[in-house]
Amino acid sequence: MSAWNSDLVNAVYVVAILVFILGLKAMSSPETARRGIVFAGIAMLVAVAVTFFISGLSNFALIALGVIVGGGLGFYWARVVKMTAMPQMVAVFNGMGGGAAGAIAAVELLGSLAGGATTGLSLAGAVIGSTSIAGSVIAFLKLQGWMRSKPIVLPARQPINLGVLVVGVGFGVYAVASTTTVFLLPFFLLLLLYGVLLTLPIGGADMPVVISLFNALTGIAVALDGFALVNGPLGDAGYAMVIAGTLVGAAGSLLTILMARAMNRSIANVLFGAFGATEETGGPIAGQMKPIDAADVAVMMAYANEVIIVPGYGMAVAQAQQRVKELADLLEQKGVTVKFAIHPVAGRMPGHMNVLLAEAGISYDKLFDRDEINDEFPNADVALVIGANDVVNPAARRAGSPLQGMPILDVDKARNVVVIKRGQGKGFAGIENDLFYKDNTRMLYGDAQQEVGKLVQALKRS
Amino acid sequence: MAADLWTALLIAILAAFTGYEVIGRVPVLLHTPLMSGSNFIHGIVLVGAIVALGFSTTDLERAIGLVAVIMGAMNVTGGYVVTERILAMFDRSKQRKGGAP
Repeated sequence: MSAWNSDLVNAVYVVAILVFILGLKAMSSPETARRGIVFAGIAMLVAVAVTFFISGLSNFALIALGVIVGGGLGFYWARVVKMTAMPQMVAVFNGMGGGAAGAIAAVELLGSLAGGATTGLSLAGAVIGSTSIAGSVIAFLKLQGWMRSKPIVLPARQPINLGVLVVGVGFGVYAVASTTTVFLLPFFLLLLLYGVLLTLPIGGADMPVVISLFNALTGIAVALDGFALVNGPLGDAGYAMVIAGTLVGAAGSLLTILMARAMNRSIANVLFGAFGATEETGGPIAGQMKPIDAADVAVMMAYANEVIIVPGYGMAVAQAQQRVKELADLLEQKGVTVKFAIHPVAGRMPGHMNVLLAEAGISYDKLFDRDEINDEFPNADVALVIGANDVVNPAARRAGSPLQGMPILDVDKARNVVVIKRGQGKGFAGIENDLFYKDNTRMLYGDAQQEVGKLVQALKRS
Repeated sequence: MAADLWTALLIAILAAFTGYEVIGRVPVLLHTPLMSGSNFIHGIVLVGAIVALGFSTTDLERAIGLVAVIMGAMNVTGGYVVTERILAMFDRSKQRKGGAP
């Protein structure tokens, strides 16, 4: 195309890409983050709108239908979902992107199987896109609790997975070599199966890393589709996809590495380790869990000098952050120093706790990273653990434990530990927690919101 | 390989470094919104989906193209709203903090 509309489309894509980069940059600092996403949103809107001006485009009614249905569904779903379900929503919408990349590759491959390098790139885009959507859907099902979150381990899964991948790709290559489109069907089916098999053995606690990885993969699939489109008559859209996709692929890969590092694990270990699949046998646990009453905990905290609150997923599920804020305020009125210890992977995603506590209006300067606060625990009179489990499990210090080497919060070093917990069950990793059996630990059983509410009431009375 | 592909490859290399640099030293606090935000940005796949559907000629292509557009559009709107909702929380807390004496 070589008319005025071609220049318009190109110019808009160039500006959109620039804004994407600046937006991503803005999103890596708390002060500018919100501005970043708003600008990127406007750029996206304009980029999509201008795409309709590409000459030679047809099927407008279908395109409009797809944009309205998909856009409406995504908008509505993302609006109504609870904040605690955000991690799985990221997984879903990322999966949709991967699916779209796979479907685009399918359309290109159906159009022509004799495009040389272009066809190869479409195949690669299809492989990664299909893996990404299938894997993301499994990640969603596990986080949503619609599927067992514990690793599901098939015997000989490594050779089986590899076999599925190789045979799947083989069908794709054969489809191209023989220019027979019918072989594309087993190609796509086997790759979807590969995405499922790859994600099944991964436990729920590792899902954030996996979602981040699939996010990076979707970016790469989008870039590969872009490469394939560049060679067609519609190069402009292709370049925009190459840049945005690669940007996300690189940024997402780095983010994945950072997340895995926060848990002291390698990506390979997350993907292939089937972490937490086997029950630990060696852990000798002495003593028993000792329950305590909310009123006693309130007294204990009211006369403390320093209280460290350790929030976890239980707080998020119970939506207890507002109550926690009240509790912290009341304690401070009584002259107690209150600090929050945030483990990098507390909750289901890095930063999950920071977001919830920020929502409740607790100021940033009371939130401390693991490295900043770990030396403080021996000075704390009370460590109040609210629905956190694996991130405070001292088993991480013991050789042979599946958690070995994972950086934890040294909660057990506090003079008194109170754990608010719904029942006697294990954490997300499915490993027994030694902390609960320690002499200085007391268990406050119940829903985090109710129990913290009781603490607030008791403190008001005293 | 056509000249366009070489150009695209060069562009991709530069984009990869840009993505790496931009994320550079990001605080843990922002990992989640950033993952969500980059999830939104690969929603640009919608543009490719529109092009793929727009140039489809057979019914099968159109059907798959429509699926691509629907999924791409979900990626865009869902990714945006999720990121916006997460980041809105930071904003509000900042206002409260600033408003307190």
